[in-house]
Amino acid sequence: MPVKLVYRGKEHDANPGSTIRDAVRKIGLPPETVLAVVDGKLLTDDTVLREGMQVKLVAVISGGAA
Amino acid sequence: MKCRKCGETAVINMRQHKLALCGEHYLEWLPEQVQRFIEKYDMFTRADKILVAVSGGKDSLGLWDILNRLGYQADGLYIGLGIDGGFGYSDQSHAFAEQFATSRGLKLHVVEVEQTYGATIPELAVISNRGHGKPCSVCGLNKRYIMNRVAHDGGYNVLATGHNLDDEAAVLFQNTLTWAGGYLVRQAPVLLASRPGLARKVKPLCRVYEREMAAYAIVRGIDYVYDECPHAIGSTTIGHKEVLNQMEEKRPGAKLQFYLSFLQAKDEGLFSVKASEPDLHACERCGQPTSAPGDCSFCRLWDKVRTVKGLPQRLPAKINLIGSLQAAGQPALTDAND
Repeated sequence: MPVKLVYRGKEHDANPGSTIRDAVRKIGLPPETVLAVVDGKLLTDDTVLREGMQVKLVAVISGGAA
Repeated sequence: MKCRKCGETAVINMRQHKLALCGEHYLEWLPEQVQRFIEKYDMFTRADKILVAVSGGKDSLGLWDILNRLGYQADGLYIGLGIDGGFGYSDQSHAFAEQFATSRGLKLHVVEVEQTYGATIPELAVISNRGHGKPCSVCGLNKRYIMNRVAHDGGYNVLATGHNLDDEAAVLFQNTLTWAGGYLVRQAPVLLASRPGLARKVKPLCRVYEREMAAYAIVRGIDYVYDECPHAIGSTTIGHKEVLNQMEEKRPGAKLQFYLSFLQAKDEGLFSVKASEPDLHACERCGQPTSAPGDCSFCRLWDKVRTVKGLPQRLPAKINLIGSLQAAGQPALTDAND
């Protein structure tokens, strides 16, 4: 099963065996600008992706206030 | 990756600090850092009455949480700007701020701009024709005014905002690109209350990375508004943050060094305060400090808009008065928890 990265509601495929950091780079995002969450838990970006994982990428940059 | 303190699985790796921590130790470490900055920059003590400006975002709610965990007397202020953006941005933000306050038994003051003054921020920007189609300029003016008013009227001597290191570095980057001397002189972790009517403004998160605040909110279980302000998308500030993050990626700690070197250069006299310090006096209408002659920018802006909308020129003296924040001759403020 492929790995899914979900960023701002959009799904991206990633390769099992790569790190979160590499996978984030591969979809064109600077790793500094996101945090990886799996099942509500925060993971460091050296975590190796396993088959079937669904990783939510939380954007950390904000520029406004409500 | 393992937590440096206990060897458990880490939840965050801060390359700029060469430090990885587990959830439990991260929730201890970050407030300790904030406490260190509060003391280092002489921001406030536990005897001070602090008003925290909360937007419903990770930084301001995280700051409010940390200040309360550290034992400070901190109430919140939410300003409803009436921004929709197709998904009820302000309503969502308000709901997160209310939920946070209610679940922790904290006091939240709420000022709805439209109810209090007669127009939403986007409407205000269009009618006043300020900001080249973007409401950010009038938004900033209104927020600064209202925050200061509420702090003054409510007896708060400190106004704390959730500006993080990335915010500070992006503003510094912008002001350096344009050599905006007046802004560079005033950019600091603390803006002292230089005259009566002005609250001391502090930024306890000024050395905390935006990424660290997002991680704190997630690990701490703070629900916050994830969506960007619809008017901030594509903004100069966000563009500068992206550039700075590219630098950070290549050289961890670059943003922090940029900001800290600036503060050090300022301490060493790189900028002349006297040349740029505005002369403040009381607005003839509302009494708030202003550098403009006669009426302040806020009163002049609302004069124009209220005329166009057919509302009475004088700003309302009583609107949704609840609680004790009303000052003579001033619009009253809604206090959500009173």
